[in-house]
Amino acid sequence: MHDDLILVAWTLVKVLAITLPLVIAVAMFVYWERKVIGWMHVRLGPNEIGPLGLLQAFADVVKLLIKEIVVPANANRFLFFMAPLMALIPALAVWAVVPFGQGVVLSNVNAGVLYLLAMSSMGVYGIILAGWASNSRYALLGAMRSAAQVVSYELAMGMALVCVLVLAGSLNLTAIVNAQQGGLLHWFWLPLLPVMVIYFVSGVAETNRAPFDVAEGESEIVAGFHVEYSGAAFAIFFLAEYANMILVSFLAPILFFGGWLSPFPTSWGLLGAPGFFWLFAKAFVFAFLFLWFRATFPRYRYDQIMRLGWKVFIPITIVWVLVAGCLKYFHIVTPGA
Amino acid sequence: MSIELLAFYLFASVAVVAALGVISLRNSVHAVLSLVLTFFSIACVWLLLDAEFLALALVVVYVGAVMVLFLFVVMMLDIKVAATREGFIRFLPVGIVVAVVMLLEMLALIGVRAMRVAAPSDPATAHGMANIQWLGQALYTRFLLPFEVAALILTVGLVAAVALTLRRREGVRHQDAARQSQAQARDRVRLVSMPAERNEESRP
Repeated sequence: MHDDLILVAWTLVKVLAITLPLVIAVAMFVYWERKVIGWMHVRLGPNEIGPLGLLQAFADVVKLLIKEIVVPANANRFLFFMAPLMALIPALAVWAVVPFGQGVVLSNVNAGVLYLLAMSSMGVYGIILAGWASNSRYALLGAMRSAAQVVSYELAMGMALVCVLVLAGSLNLTAIVNAQQGGLLHWFWLPLLPVMVIYFVSGVAETNRAPFDVAEGESEIVAGFHVEYSGAAFAIFFLAEYANMILVSFLAPILFFGGWLSPFPTSWGLLGAPGFFWLFAKAFVFAFLFLWFRATFPRYRYDQIMRLGWKVFIPITIVWVLVAGCLKYFHIVTPGA
Repeated sequence: MSIELLAFYLFASVAVVAALGVISLRNSVHAVLSLVLTFFSIACVWLLLDAEFLALALVVVYVGAVMVLFLFVVMMLDIKVAATREGFIRFLPVGIVVAVVMLLEMLALIGVRAMRVAAPSDPATAHGMANIQWLGQALYTRFLLPFEVAALILTVGLVAAVALTLRRREGVRHQDAARQSQAQARDRVRLVSMPAERNEESRP
């Protein structure tokens, strides 16, 4: 009993050690997004609060927390306040299986990839409930768009993951990274190049980011599913969305770019050694891509999003599962060489 | 009492309460959500039994996909509360019959398991393998043919469902995305050069 209690307490400490930096990373990511998009628009971006505007995100959080939460008339109060939590809980829970280095993981489960899929499919409830409980037409339309989009792109994402599993021969995320040992050309991006692109684009679509952000297309349906939310409730939706973006940026290197492995040969000393900084550097590149996409591409039309998901991505991934199987069967790609 | 036993009682009681909520809550959206909670608690119980593949598959398939569609249908319906309560007495006999049959089946299962002196241990843990690995090897070697047949039946069902709803209608205009993206500016815009004009009034 006593040992059990210590185990629970120690796990709680580890959970906090992941969650608190994640929340701070979200705040800095929001600042970085506004800065980058500012530069791309030839503006300065936030530059008033704190040195270089670094405290801007924290000022925004304080502002959101002290604002009033307006509940629409005839809204379902219980579900209205449950919805942001239903969005946030899976977004945080999914980090339990993400490894940050060799053995640096909260839960090194064998079914890690399956857990990722399960948790990311739970996130859609927050959006649907927010749309329905708000008792607003715009919110309901946004929720329907978002749910249809998330459900369809989950399929393409799942099939892309299957290709990685076939090559790695494991569902464990640490084992997947270890299967990519042997340098830049042994990482899975090379044999799975189309699937890697599909995975990341589906990740952008799953997190409802531009150019797939029809769920909150302000030109048509104001702000979509969270149009009626204000203050802290809105802040929680915001936090969940950005936590999911950071998650996709971490998973792309883990699955396709060798995670914490170094791109350089081991003879290069510190540069050639694996380390968590490689994972963070790679994740930073993918996180930057999210912002670059947002500043570059116009919003997709809704029917074109569906066409891209069902008629382009899913057929390509199905074919590539077969290709990955052949690569593995004929020993063209050998894991952990 | 170990933490695992405590967790089992917690998940099991949540599952039972949520299952009761499914049949007793008046708001149909609440009822669907409590069905989701039931599925999720059962998945947690299965996780405690080391059946991680079944538990996660339950969450991915039922919670993540089937119940989302269910929720959509229920949200779109405008169900009168009184009308749904009317059926309660009418369907009660059928419900009791189903409940009794399920109870008998459960008792039979418990009886069969009790007759064995020692319950067989989990074959996966006996071989030192993860549950999911064991399941995969069993499905793709020993049970390959039934597995493939099941997959084929599901595919046929999918194609049949699409074929049932597919209708060719006359006079419907379809968009051809390939042609749309091949459109050039010169196909749509004609630049005309003409001499500059001036109105009579604006002439100085």
